[in-house]
Amino acid sequence: MTATTISPDTIEAAPPRRTARPIPAIRLVKVELRKMFNTRSGFWMLISIGALSPISAGSLLVLGLDSDVTYQNFVRASGFPMSVILPIIAILAVTGEWSQRSGLTTFTLVPSRERVIGAKAIATLLVGLGAVSVAFAVGALGNVAGSALAGVDTAWDISLSMALQMVLYNLVGMAFGFALGVVLRNSAAAIVGYFVASLVMPGILALLAQVRSWFEDLQPWIDWHYTQVALLDGATNTVKEWAMLGSTTMIWIVIPLAVGLLSLRRSEVK
Amino acid sequence: MIAVESLTRRYAGFTAVDNVSFTALPGRVTGFLGPNGAGKSTTMRVMVGLTAPTSGSATIDGVRFADLPNPGLEVGVLLDASAQHAGRTGREILTIAADTMGLPRRRVDEMLELVSLNPTEAKRRVRNYSLGMRQRLGIGTALLGDPRVLILDEPANGLDPAGIRWMRDLLTGFASQGGTVLLSSHLLHEIEVIADDLVVIGNGKIVAAGTKEELLAAAGTLARSTSPRDLAHALEQAGIPSTLASDGSVRTDADPARVGAVALTAGVALTELRSAESAGLEDMFLSLTADTQREGVAA
Repeated sequence: MTATTISPDTIEAAPPRRTARPIPAIRLVKVELRKMFNTRSGFWMLISIGALSPISAGSLLVLGLDSDVTYQNFVRASGFPMSVILPIIAILAVTGEWSQRSGLTTFTLVPSRERVIGAKAIATLLVGLGAVSVAFAVGALGNVAGSALAGVDTAWDISLSMALQMVLYNLVGMAFGFALGVVLRNSAAAIVGYFVASLVMPGILALLAQVRSWFEDLQPWIDWHYTQVALLDGATNTVKEWAMLGSTTMIWIVIPLAVGLLSLRRSEVK
Repeated sequence: MIAVESLTRRYAGFTAVDNVSFTALPGRVTGFLGPNGAGKSTTMRVMVGLTAPTSGSATIDGVRFADLPNPGLEVGVLLDASAQHAGRTGREILTIAADTMGLPRRRVDEMLELVSLNPTEAKRRVRNYSLGMRQRLGIGTALLGDPRVLILDEPANGLDPAGIRWMRDLLTGFASQGGTVLLSSHLLHEIEVIADDLVVIGNGKIVAAGTKEELLAAAGTLARSTSPRDLAHALEQAGIPSTLASDGSVRTDADPARVGAVALTAGVALTELRSAESAGLEDMFLSLTADTQREGVAA
């Protein structure tokens, strides 16, 4: 015992504490945005989006034929690297808390896991919108430069509907990555899962549709990749096509996300 | 004040924490002891809402941790210094914690200085930190919000001797200003020096709790004599059970005054007579947790 021991009475009389106010949601979103890019992997993903988009658009400029010089092609070229990297950013935004165990700090500072995951979802959406805007801007620059170099008329061949579908294509990709992250809560498993679902599964389903005719009609309703390609091509137009997108989104994103969130709420953070 | 009431946490097939109740009072350092796997870390995780209890509750000043509006400003927590994103710099880890709590960025510099991480180290990624540096960073994160309660799991792990001394002064200072400190440690000597109160847990159950003085007093008396056998015999005659250790010391639960009186009556010259406090914590710990020790140490 030291001589400085204070009796409980003196402690009661200690100056009153500031009254703590709840952490505002906007602050959580800002923190989550920062966390997406202040790690080494996050930093390089940001750089690769910033660098690969112009490189990809530039290669179209150099290697493409004069007839390739259209806004659509440039946006596709600059957007391609993003469509691969954005879902991985979405996955890591969630899984890092478990795979890197930073969740121990995150969830003690903000005990409401729903709020943390919600903030991550909004931050992911903002990153997606930001990246897609960059793709459109880089595509526009490429298109202007390309048409000037080739001496052809500048073709602005992206309708509003198509532009929206291209944005949605990227956001759906990110949402799928996010849902995988919430369900698996493990970086490696979620990334592997993402590539299996986007590279391996479409081939199997396409094959199945070829050999089983009954599946051919069913495929667009359950094949996530099928509706993604339709979005990228701006070919989701009829009510039926939107319903197909709704169906695949329900199967691959909404249901896994709901299941994942339920288990995440109760799970132990170690 | 931290109050744990009838806390139980069951996993499939075994009970990690079994009906645990104790309090950690303001102005005091409470040491939380137990063998590996006794349930210390699980109890601490339940306290801060990372693990849901099967039954029972843990509250900080009467409020469940999860209901605190901005917990970082009220409770400083360090459960595992290695649980940080390895790709982040030390400074970034403090910055995102400060941002979350809504604190000014200068708090980050103040904390880095407090835990003695220099600017070059703060710029390095945690992947390249030693355990001691991670521990310092974790303590910095815990103290960032100027909390009045600290919950620390093995904070002295990996610290160098100067760091351990620094931590000891920090925690006694914190408690003397009215703060509540709950810390677990395997370093019994550390706990013995720093703790005012002790809670001992074994196999998920509380096996002893109280002030350090009470618990160690129960550890009894150590006496030495030129003829230890005669001393042990005299004590036995007086109805005081004692044990004669191989080093010639005689231990008993009776207080030193009584042992001295018995020795005087029997005419046995004592060469040493003291309460067994200095070696007491380790003995007490081993005897209290004897049933739960992996090594099966005899009490």
